Amino acid sequence: MTMIEAIRDAHDVAMGGDNRVVVYGEDVGFFGGVFRCTAGLQEKYGRSRCFDAPINESGIVGTAIGMAAYGLKPVIEIQFADYVYPAYDQIVSEAARLRHRSNGDFTCPIVIRMPTGGGIFGGQTHSQSPEAIFTHVSGLKVVIPSNPVDAKGLLLASIADPDPVIFLEPKRLYNGPFDGHHDRPLTTWKKHALGAVPEGDEIVPLGKAKITRDGADVTVLAYGTMVYVAETAAKESGVDAEVIDLRSLLPLDLETIAASVKKTGRCVIVHEATRTCGFGAELMSLVQEECFYSLEAPIIRVTGWDTPYPHAQEWQYFPGPARVGEALKQVMEE
Amino acid sequence: MSGVGKPLTLNVPEPECRPGDTPDFTDFEIPRAGAVARPPVDVAADDIRDMAFSIVRVLNKDGQAVGDWAGSLTPDDLRTGLRHMMTLRTFDARMLNAQRQGKTSFYMQSLGEEAISCAFARALEPGDMNFPTYRQAGLLIAADYPMLTMMNQIYSNAHDPLHGRQMPILYSAKAHGFFSISGNLGTQFVQSVGWAMASAISGDSKIAAGWIGDGSTAENDFHAAMVFASTYTAPVVLNIVNNQWAISTFQGIARGGVGTFAARGHGFGVASIRVDGNDYLAVHAVAKWAAERARLGLGPTLIEYVTYRAGGHSSSDDPSAYRSGEEPGAWPLGDPIDRLKQHLISIGEWSDERHAQADAEILSDVVTVQKQAEAVGTLGDGKAPSPRDVFEGVYETMPPHLIRQRQMAGY
Ligand SMILES: Cc1ncc(C[n+]2csc(CCOP(=O)(O)OP(=O)(O)O)c2C)c(N)n1
Ligand SMILES: [Mg+2]
Repeated sequence: MTMIEAIRDAHDVAMGGDNRVVVYGEDVGFFGGVFRCTAGLQEKYGRSRCFDAPINESGIVGTAIGMAAYGLKPVIEIQFADYVYPAYDQIVSEAARLRHRSNGDFTCPIVIRMPTGGGIFGGQTHSQSPEAIFTHVSGLKVVIPSNPVDAKGLLLASIADPDPVIFLEPKRLYNGPFDGHHDRPLTTWKKHALGAVPEGDEIVPLGKAKITRDGADVTVLAYGTMVYVAETAAKESGVDAEVIDLRSLLPLDLETIAASVKKTGRCVIVHEATRTCGFGAELMSLVQEECFYSLEAPIIRVTGWDTPYPHAQEWQYFPGPARVGEALKQVMEE
Repeated sequence: MSGVGKPLTLNVPEPECRPGDTPDFTDFEIPRAGAVARPPVDVAADDIRDMAFSIVRVLNKDGQAVGDWAGSLTPDDLRTGLRHMMTLRTFDARMLNAQRQGKTSFYMQSLGEEAISCAFARALEPGDMNFPTYRQAGLLIAADYPMLTMMNQIYSNAHDPLHGRQMPILYSAKAHGFFSISGNLGTQFVQSVGWAMASAISGDSKIAAGWIGDGSTAENDFHAAMVFASTYTAPVVLNIVNNQWAISTFQGIARGGVGTFAARGHGFGVASIRVDGNDYLAVHAVAKWAAERARLGLGPTLIEYVTYRAGGHSSSDDPSAYRSGEEPGAWPLGDPIDRLKQHLISIGEWSDERHAQADAEILSDVVTVQKQAEAVGTLGDGKAPSPRDVFEGVYETMPPHLIRQRQMAGY
């Protein structure tokens, strides 16, 4: 299964099991979404459970909050994460705080899905990674899968969750695991173990990271598109790196992170988002707080640059395996 | 009546025609050309409310220009307009094909909508400012912006004035009255109102034009633009291009199944007009009327251009998944180029031979320019702008952290 099919399957399972689940967004109904993640759902569940929304992200999120207050469980799509900003007020001031400010009188169990990340020549309006503007907000959970199996299980867990979840889908991984070598032939999920998505309604719990590569010398913290890039960099640089796929940024599995860094004594953090105040800054603080006496070298970040995501120079912007590999070697020299 | 009826149901508008259905536009009311009178430019918005429900048309079935909106252009102007539209169509076809050949990443064409941007451009004065969407390249073609520069931008090559930063067709051309296109829908509609307010604040005589698609009128920024334009009687022309589709979503999702997009102006007390977007003469006459109104300080006009997106949404889109393949052919307002051509022929100012010759000349011009652009470079051929350019221009002066990052990046 591709990640697209896995996401579709999760919707299907959730909608089939609970008629409070409703799905909508721009081009989501008849067409099934521009990436086809909701294809077939309108036909199967009817137009009042899966439908097209007007182009108004603030309205999409605002109505979802209203539906959640009524008792439904909306799973909504923002066509690209780059277009979520008109909805930011509804997310930050409303969805995130509803439970707290009403003391549980009203809650907001919504899932806001959005494709994220670059690598498709989408320029500054189809490439952004805005996770940190959500992790910065109290009351939100932030999830980002890196493969079809996790995409299904994490989406099901997000839909079951009683609080608002921002569900980021690395679009460069929709059709295959991407190792960061844009000039090599594409690989698909078909032959990959994590493309074998189990049937049924099994969830992958939020807040549990996964060690995707064991190693002794340095811990690499990554998520989304960067998981395979980090694995590839580890392989190619010859550094014995342990790669952790965070899977959910909030709640964060600090236990797994700290145990690994205490073991390896070194840490490299990789994300595609801009650097300043990126989620890497939070990770660095936490690792420093938890593991200071185990650290043998300063923690290094490999990130996107603090510029808009460029079109033509995409691969100079993208923190690919060469840059991650250099960081691995550098952290080993200390 | 008792307050309790049948259980409620959710109404989700659905188009009458999907793939496999036969398009039927018999319910689509098209007034006769010339039927809608031309009011004085100082008319009160309230006195022309009916114009938001009709359609201003000049060219009739036989290609004659009729009614009191006719006569805004000379035969020379019309030939120029025809040439602009033909150039835009050829340019689009070549660039879409270049995208298919892998010479760039993405493309969006104006197919079927050429009259709107090409005619509108001729109703403005130098110094006025458009805030366009991605489907108004005709504003540049008709303002004689160099096609070579457009292609360099599309190819993100070393001569791209935007240094490879922006996706193809998100041009910026201040000197040609063309504001930088962002890619986020609706945002620029309200900015056009701000630009117009600035002209008024400064005691200037310039006007602005905002552009938005039918689907994007749903964005909050559309409504923000309307309230600011209305409150400050801003010298702005607010253009809605209703091409019936927003990617896969038919216009009824943004419009709510009743009324018209133009009628949205009434709640704000803004003069609102619907016009046949495939009629070059009607577009020009209405644009001229609205521009004059704005320039005289009489306030904003909301114009809905009724047209049809004859091609896919973009190079990434295949419309056969959501609309009937017969729909473009069944569209009752015809093709803007054919209609202007027929008009010119009917008044003895053009011929099939001249048209064929013009077509050939235009193709040869566009191909020549394309070769020049490709000699400079195409996307991914290794002749891209420098990665240094990514770090430049984020701020006027590069702050220390960016200098550091640029050095880390090795540029
Ligand atoms: C804020 C925002 N939301 C969503 C999108 C994605 N998107 C790009 S074009 C488009 C459809 C626009 O339709 P319309 O306004 O009718 O313009 P048209 O393409 O028909 O000219 C959508 C949803 C976007 N670019 N920006
Ligand atoms: Mg449209």
